[in-house]
Amino acid sequence: MEKSSIFYRAELFITRRRVYFIGGLILFMLIFPLFGFSVYIMRIATVIYIFSMLTLALNLVAGYTGQLSMGNAAFYAIGAYACTLCMVRLGMNFWFSMIAGAIFAGASGLIVGLPTLRLSGSYLTIVTLGFGEIVRMIIQNWDPVTNGTMGIRNIPKPVFFGLTLTLSNNGFYYLAIVLMLIIAFFCACIINSKIGRAFIAIREDEIAATMMGIKTIHYKVLAFFLSALISGIAGAFYAPMVGYIDPNTFTFDVSSQIICLAILGGLGTMRGMFFGSMVLIIFPEVSRFLMNYRFIMYGFILVLMMRFRPQGLLGWQSRVPYRFTGKMRRDLEKDNLLTE
Amino acid sequence: MDILFQQIINGLALGLVFALVAVGYSLVFGILRLINFSHGSVYAFGAHVVFFVVGFGLGPVLGIIVSIIVTGFLGIFIDKIALAPLRRKKSMGMAALVTTLGISNIIQHTLVLISGSHRKAFPDFYNFGLVTVFGVQISSRQFVMLGVSLILLLLLFFIVHKTKIGLAMRATSQNQKAASLMGINVNSVITTTFFMSGASAAIAGGLVAGYYQVVYPGMGFMIGLKAFAASVLGGIGSLPGALIGGLLVGIMESVAALYIGSNYRDAMAFIILIIVLIFKPAGIFGKKDVIKV
Repeated sequence: MEKSSIFYRAELFITRRRVYFIGGLILFMLIFPLFGFSVYIMRIATVIYIFSMLTLALNLVAGYTGQLSMGNAAFYAIGAYACTLCMVRLGMNFWFSMIAGAIFAGASGLIVGLPTLRLSGSYLTIVTLGFGEIVRMIIQNWDPVTNGTMGIRNIPKPVFFGLTLTLSNNGFYYLAIVLMLIIAFFCACIINSKIGRAFIAIREDEIAATMMGIKTIHYKVLAFFLSALISGIAGAFYAPMVGYIDPNTFTFDVSSQIICLAILGGLGTMRGMFFGSMVLIIFPEVSRFLMNYRFIMYGFILVLMMRFRPQGLLGWQSRVPYRFTGKMRRDLEKDNLLTE
Repeated sequence: MDILFQQIINGLALGLVFALVAVGYSLVFGILRLINFSHGSVYAFGAHVVFFVVGFGLGPVLGIIVSIIVTGFLGIFIDKIALAPLRRKKSMGMAALVTTLGISNIIQHTLVLISGSHRKAFPDFYNFGLVTVFGVQISSRQFVMLGVSLILLLLLFFIVHKTKIGLAMRATSQNQKAASLMGINVNSVITTTFFMSGASAAIAGGLVAGYYQVVYPGMGFMIGLKAFAASVLGGIGSLPGALIGGLLVGIMESVAALYIGSNYRDAMAFIILIIVLIFKPAGIFGKKDVIKV
């Protein structure tokens, strides 16, 4: 098979253990609505998928490329607002609006990323943080377009071949699964390609990566762009699901929550993203009566995780920089190129 | 024209407070190469301690003194509990960064638990009326802010540049290993640094709470970000840089409020920051780090 084809990349990702794990998970996700849970539970489940998309996006930048971005809520916001404005003001259909949201978010990612990714790690962190605040302020004050602090109400629901998707007919739930799986598959393809190995090389040692001829800035910008794009898709999905957005939905707390979820699951792993989202979205819902303690708990989790298990709950104990799996491993073994 | 001068004076008073908070970031960054994201919350904590002590009827001076001590020890506590173990384990920089983020959450929401998230009125201590200089009105609150921050910044410069512990701090920030080989107790230097950073945050908190006459747990978030922007602007790790950066952010913000509208004033710090970083990544006073392979 052609080595650059996307199917080859997919095959690299698929090992037998993963097939069982992912297959079982997808099966469970698909039959989950059949248990007849309330709309409230279905909504929580859908939010888990949205946060999985957001953490997958962060994972590309923070987990694989090693650059901590703290402004991902801004791309989420841009995606949500761009999509909503296209639908409400321009009367576009949901699917085109979603693409527009993704494009806007990706473009803003490029605009921030190009100048700032020349800087080293901690500077990137603060610039993305500042960018998040700038975006929130623009949304809050640009009244004629964004309706300011009032937010935008009555966002129309998407229509799929004549069927209006709502939470109660599980339309959003299934759409979220499809989107998340597409994004996860896409991320898997990226990570198992030459690009992904460049990302990991940058994470492990940026100087050494440069010495090996990797154009580090190009790859950092690419990771940042993809991350913004995916966050934008999550935002564009979120807006019509809730039907109402305002600037307070996209505060710094969301950015730090995304980081918290990703770290809890294990940065640099894919299934960790889903797992982290599941735990940290479900727990506060279950313990809603502890409302004020929730953020204290986030704080303690972050501190304790960094202290005792910085690789996350599902991270590997010893961090292996890159693990060959699937077809690539078999190819390498055949040629006796694998030294482990 | 008068109104422009007025705004510049307002910006100057605010800028010195930014500088005072920015110094806290710079001290810690200089020694540990770590952005201490909990600094904004430490600042809010300091303001709350002043508020509580004043609530017992003990007056602002005692309030600030108690706050300096308590908040300074909070700084040491944070370092000893959360950051020192990470240093011993030699874990990556991102881990320490995320830890400070978590501590910030803990402090801020503990304050919410203790006193509620609403804004509380802070007594108006520093108000002795207005002074008019060349047609510019300066309130006595601004005088207090200007005076106290200036004195404190000078004191900090004195400590860092003229005393023995300051010499040890500068040596440690140059090269930790070499400093410890020269007989400097690096751990006690780090402890002192965290105490100074917490103490300066407490004073800034007390001043700003008195200036706006309001305290609330979230008060440190925005000023923390802006002060951080200011310290990066001036060249993080450099004390004169923190001062210049703070003043620059304060004045630009006040002037922007005049010409662009007060809605966007909070964004100014970050816009300046991004522009400066593009052209001069090390900041105005910063030296470029030599990367060792």
